[in-house]
Amino acid sequence: MSMATVARYRSAFRAVLRRELLRFIKQRGRFFAALVRPLIWLVVFAAGFRAALGLSIIPPYQTYITYEVYIVPGLIGMIQLFNGMQSSLSMVYDREMGSMRVLLTTPLPRSYLLACKIAAGAVVSLFQVYAFLAIAALFGITFSAAGYIAALPVLVLTGLMLGAIGLFLSSQIRQLENFAGVMNFVIFPAFFLSSALYPIWKMRESSDVLATICAVNPFTHAVEAVRFALYVEMAPLSLAVVVGVLAVAGGLTVIGYDPARGFRTRQGPET
Amino acid sequence: MNKPPDMTDAALHLADISHDYAKRRALAGVGFSVPPGRVTVLLGPNGAGKTTLFGLISRLLPLRQGEIVIAGRSLKAAGAAALEPLGIVFQQPTLDLDLSVRQNLTYFADLRGISRRAANERIADGLERFGHRRRVEIVRATLHEPAILILDEPTVGLDIPTRKAIVADLHARAASGTAVLWATHLIDEVWDDDRLVVLDRGVVRAEGDVADVLETSGAGSVAEAFARLTEPAEGEAA
Repeated sequence: MSMATVARYRSAFRAVLRRELLRFIKQRGRFFAALVRPLIWLVVFAAGFRAALGLSIIPPYQTYITYEVYIVPGLIGMIQLFNGMQSSLSMVYDREMGSMRVLLTTPLPRSYLLACKIAAGAVVSLFQVYAFLAIAALFGITFSAAGYIAALPVLVLTGLMLGAIGLFLSSQIRQLENFAGVMNFVIFPAFFLSSALYPIWKMRESSDVLATICAVNPFTHAVEAVRFALYVEMAPLSLAVVVGVLAVAGGLTVIGYDPARGFRTRQGPET
Repeated sequence: MNKPPDMTDAALHLADISHDYAKRRALAGVGFSVPPGRVTVLLGPNGAGKTTLFGLISRLLPLRQGEIVIAGRSLKAAGAAALEPLGIVFQQPTLDLDLSVRQNLTYFADLRGISRRAANERIADGLERFGHRRRVEIVRATLHEPAILILDEPTVGLDIPTRKAIVADLHARAASGTAVLWATHLIDEVWDDDRLVVLDRGVVRAEGDVADVLETSGAGSVAEAFARLTEPAEGEAA
C-alpha cells in the first residue's frame, strides 16, 4: 500500500471522526443525557439498592465494596450502549435525510467506511465515559491511575463492539420511527439481563434461566472486561467474547450495507 | 430506440442496463455514452428512471444487469474505486444540517483526500459564486475536480435566474473538458449544442445531438420532440 493510499484512508477516517465529534459537540443535550442517565443510577438508584443488595467478595474485588463501586462498570457499559444506539439512530437519520449518500459514494471500500464510523463512535463514547468517571470521582468512587489507563484499550474494544451492533441494527431499520422498538427490545434487555446492576450469582439465586441468559449476554462480557480492567486485571473470556461479537457484528454490518442489498430511503424505491 | 453506445472517448458508458423494483421494471436495456467536454442532458418525465440510473451509477443500487464503465473502469470489476472520477449531485438534498456549510464541504474534502490547502481555496472560490444550500451541493460535487459530473435534477425548486446561472456554469465546466450528465425534466434547460438522451418509462427513446434528435423525430423544437417521443404508443400504458 503506497503512502498516498495510506494518507487517503487516514483522511477519510479523519473526516468521519471530525463529523462525529462536531455533531456530538453541537448536540449538547446528548452529552448531558449521556452523563445524567448513569449519574441517576449512581446517586439515586444505588442508594436504594445498597440496602437491599448484599454483595460478596468476587473477583476482581479484594474486599467488600459498596454497591456504587460495583455498578460503575455497568454504568460505563450503559454509556457505551446508549452511544452505540445513538450512532445507529444517526445512521438511520442520515439515510432518511440523504447525507449518508455522501459517505457511501466515497471511492473507498464500504467496509472501511463503516469501520471508520464505528471507530469514530467509539472515540465519542470514550469522552463520555471519562467525563462520567471524573464525576464519579467527585462522589468518592475512584480507581487507581493504572486502572484508568488499563481500562482505555478495553473501552475502545467494548465501544467498537457496541457500535458495531448499533450499526448493524441501523442497516435493518428502515424508518426512524422504528427505532423506539430497538430501545425496548435491545437496550433494556441487554442492560437488565447482564451483570451491570447485580452479579450473576445473585441473579442465579432467583432464576437459573435468567442467570444463564445474563452469562451469555455480550453486554455482560463488555461490563466484566471493563470491571477487571479498572483493577488492572484481565478477563480473558470476556475479552474474547467482546472481540468475537465485534467481528460478527462488523461482518453483519458490512453485509447489511452491501450495495447488492440496495439503498432504500423513506421515499421507497427510486424512480 | 436503444442506439448502441459509442465507447470511443466516452467518459461514462452505460450498456444494456435493466433494473427492477419487486415486480415493476424501472429500466429496460438502457445504454448510452457521455463524452468529455459536453453536457449530456438526460431528459425524462417523472418516473422515467433517471434517479434509478443515478443510483446505479453511484453504486447506491445494485447493478444486476448491464455494464457501467466510468473513465475506462468497469463499475462491477473495480467497485467503489471506479467512483473516483465522479462528482455527484443527488436529487435529494444531502447536506448535513447539523454542520455548517464549510464543515460540510471540509467533510467531503477529507473523505476525498483533498489537501486542506487545496480544499480551502476551492471552497472559498465555490462559495463566492454560489451561496444557496442547493448550490453548495454542486460546489461540493466539484471540489475534487471530477472528470465526470452527474447531476440529478439539481435545479428543482430554484428560481429561474438561479437555474440559468447553474446551467451556464455547468456548460462552462463542460467546455473546459468535464463530462456532464444532467438529468432533468425541464426542457428549457437544454441548450442547442447539448447531447440529448430521452428516457421514458425505463427505455431510451432517442439519443444524439439535439439537432439529430429533432431531425429523427421530425420535430421543430425540443419540447415537441420530447412530447412525441414520450407519447404512449397505441396499447401502451402511460
